[in-house]
Amino acid sequence: MQTIRKELFPGVFFNYIHAVKFKTGVLSVQFVTPLAREAAAPGALLPAVLRRGTQIHPDMRALSSALDLLYGAGLGCTVRKKGENQCFGFVSSFIDDAFVPGGERLIEPVAALMGEILLRPATEGGVFRADYVSGEKDNLIDAIRSILDDKRDYADKRLIEEMCRGERYGIARLGTEEAVAALESGALWDFYQTLLATARIELFYCGSAECARVEDALRDGLAALPHGERVAPVASERVAPPAVPRKHTEAMDVTQGKLAMGWRAMTEDAHAMLLANLIFGGYSNSKLFLNVREKLSLCYYASSAYHRSKGLVTVSSGVEFSDRTRAQDEILAQLRDVQLGDFEPWELDGARNVLISAVHTREDSAGRMEENLLGQAATGIWETEEELVDALSAVTPERVAAAAQSMTLDTVYFLEGEDKSDD
Amino acid sequence: MTETAYPRIGETVLRETLPNGLRVAVVPKPGYRKRYAFFATRYGGVDMRFCLNGVWHDTPAGIAHYLEHKMFDTADGNAMQTLAQNGAEPNAFTANAMTAYYFDCTEHFDENLRILLSFVSVPYFTQESVDKERGIIAQEIRMTEDSPDWRVYKNLLQGLYRTNPARVPIAGTVESIQAITPETLYACHKAFYAPSNMLLCVVGDVDAEAVLAAARDVLDAEPGAAIERDYGAAEEPGAFEKSVVYPMEIATPQFLVGFKCPADAEGEALFRQSLIGELACDILLGDSSPLYMRLYDRGLINGSFSGDFDQLPGAAYLYAGGECREPERVAQAIMDEAARLAREGVDETFYRQIRRANLGASLRSLNSFENIAVGMADGCFRGFDPYRFPELYDTITKADVEAFLRENIVEERRAMSMLTPAKEASA
Repeated sequence: MQTIRKELFPGVFFNYIHAVKFKTGVLSVQFVTPLAREAAAPGALLPAVLRRGTQIHPDMRALSSALDLLYGAGLGCTVRKKGENQCFGFVSSFIDDAFVPGGERLIEPVAALMGEILLRPATEGGVFRADYVSGEKDNLIDAIRSILDDKRDYADKRLIEEMCRGERYGIARLGTEEAVAALESGALWDFYQTLLATARIELFYCGSAECARVEDALRDGLAALPHGERVAPVASERVAPPAVPRKHTEAMDVTQGKLAMGWRAMTEDAHAMLLANLIFGGYSNSKLFLNVREKLSLCYYASSAYHRSKGLVTVSSGVEFSDRTRAQDEILAQLRDVQLGDFEPWELDGARNVLISAVHTREDSAGRMEENLLGQAATGIWETEEELVDALSAVTPERVAAAAQSMTLDTVYFLEGEDKSDD
Repeated sequence: MTETAYPRIGETVLRETLPNGLRVAVVPKPGYRKRYAFFATRYGGVDMRFCLNGVWHDTPAGIAHYLEHKMFDTADGNAMQTLAQNGAEPNAFTANAMTAYYFDCTEHFDENLRILLSFVSVPYFTQESVDKERGIIAQEIRMTEDSPDWRVYKNLLQGLYRTNPARVPIAGTVESIQAITPETLYACHKAFYAPSNMLLCVVGDVDAEAVLAAARDVLDAEPGAAIERDYGAAEEPGAFEKSVVYPMEIATPQFLVGFKCPADAEGEALFRQSLIGELACDILLGDSSPLYMRLYDRGLINGSFSGDFDQLPGAAYLYAGGECREPERVAQAIMDEAARLAREGVDETFYRQIRRANLGASLRSLNSFENIAVGMADGCFRGFDPYRFPELYDTITKADVEAFLRENIVEERRAMSMLTPAKEASA
């Protein structure tokens, strides 16, 4: 599908995709800022505070009622990490004009509501309402603590934290508990005013409406946005691995161990690396799935991910505590096979087919298209569907092996059970 | 095939029942690249006790899920790999009352569909392959047992129900799956994977006649025997246990409060009841309700708080919860608000607002092929048409919702499930 990308105001980009097949339209507004230790917490807090109320809809009930009347339009806060940038804002999904029983138009009121949330927040004494800020601080702190509740996510997050300590990539998406606790209304307000004037903004629409109509609605909704120089997103920095892999082990009261491993993949051949990752552990026909799970029954899940913009590969697995070494050895052995080019033609074809199919079906989901365009805008890696498919089609087994050879183990993290005998 | 148009939601469905009893539904989606096939049996975690050809069988907890894992094995290898080589992403799930196998792809749809129909209908187990799976499933069960969301929900069902199999974990326990053998798996397959107990739903830009042809070619011509199911003794209207408290390694306490509702509706009445239950839930405690805002402003609940209404075989319940430090206070506030609504009635404007929002949400969910197929299967197995929601909303009044709240959101039907942090979390 064709994307139209235009600069509405300096540093404010509008991405438009025309589609008539969906039941809904999707409208998104996102701030994109380089990840920084002091900015992560206020960035993560802002959408939730803004979502509490505006000068016209002063509380959550008023906002929720407005959305109910727009036929249950959704308007969710998002805080995402794309490369070494933090992206936060709002995504709204609302039924397409064709299905509105009363024949009302929804794009204009949704865009107006988004503009109102961004530019006319509820205030007291010229800054954010203190009760809204303190309530959302508590919620954000709970959210940060809750990462612990999903041990798989927790282990994956700890791996990246340890592996990328001192790099932007190692900064937690939601900030730290301490940084959130230290925020207060006045400082958050000042932070937001600077952001409104200087941060890159990415807008996105996908649906049946014509481009000009959506553009007009957005220009109206965002008319009060300050104009000026805006900071571009940063490209991810490549970092070399340590001479000896780092090891971290943590103990908790859990029934299953979590093994997380991270490599630096220094190759510039990203397309070959995408396929190497799939063959290694990226889908249900990968070496990790077929061997570590199916053949050796060591785990329910063992999968790998390639962080393209940063040049990392990570593996995530849940294993019995006593199988830790066996699982790790087996994961390394499977990687060695990829590096030696020891894979069958069907393994490369299967990986290629699955990936190309995933690229093609992206256009069947407005949410996935939004996610993809935001990622491209943030990382600066622009690539059309055709370019990506062509590049993947041209990858040879030799290039896959060469890309995998660029991987060097950096960090191993293990979450183990507590030794109950000492209690 | 019978074609039904649904102009209010812009959809069309083609349906046919084959001579072997298989129901087929094709939902055309012009303009989509993705083609999606979903093959489901009316067999899930709750179907542990059943009668086939006059003989009653008692099977171990977790067997439907175990069978799902083993169905991918074929005499030639593994169907998952064959499909993946064709660029299809196959997967499966076992729910309380359904097991489903599905894939989506852009190329080779007909070939992939035939593979799906074949591996699901032809069992192939050996003692060795069944034993090998035990380790994988045991790890899956362990992972689930460490999940607070799962634990708080399962404990709620165990509080609400005394005998209904909804209280049993779908995957069973590491202990219960030890008793599963190739013979029990074959017996369950024979009982529940007969064409007359199944639905094939295809969503996408496909040739509907070719879908029928594939089903005719691949599947058994015999419909299979009728199955009688036993979901345990009739339940009392009241909750079985008032409260279940469970310590876990979590950062913030969590809870769910549930209300046991009558579960005797069938067919379209069942679907209508689910729409009423969802409306009641949103009016009582949804995010535009007065109660939600009061609790949120006081910091008693956060964005994790939500509620829903579920109906399983022999079980129906409205439930709500999330992260919360004072669950008893929140539960009491929910009861008080329900009592107020029952006494004073629901505001007519607010009722219309919520009905409008829920209609929009139902429509929005039709962007997902999986939602469409699961809805079709649920409707097929329980006797309703999921695409008739706009018409059903027309028949529902605020008096229906008030009656629902008055009858169900009461003390004796209530159970609580609470998770407490096992110790102070380290940062």
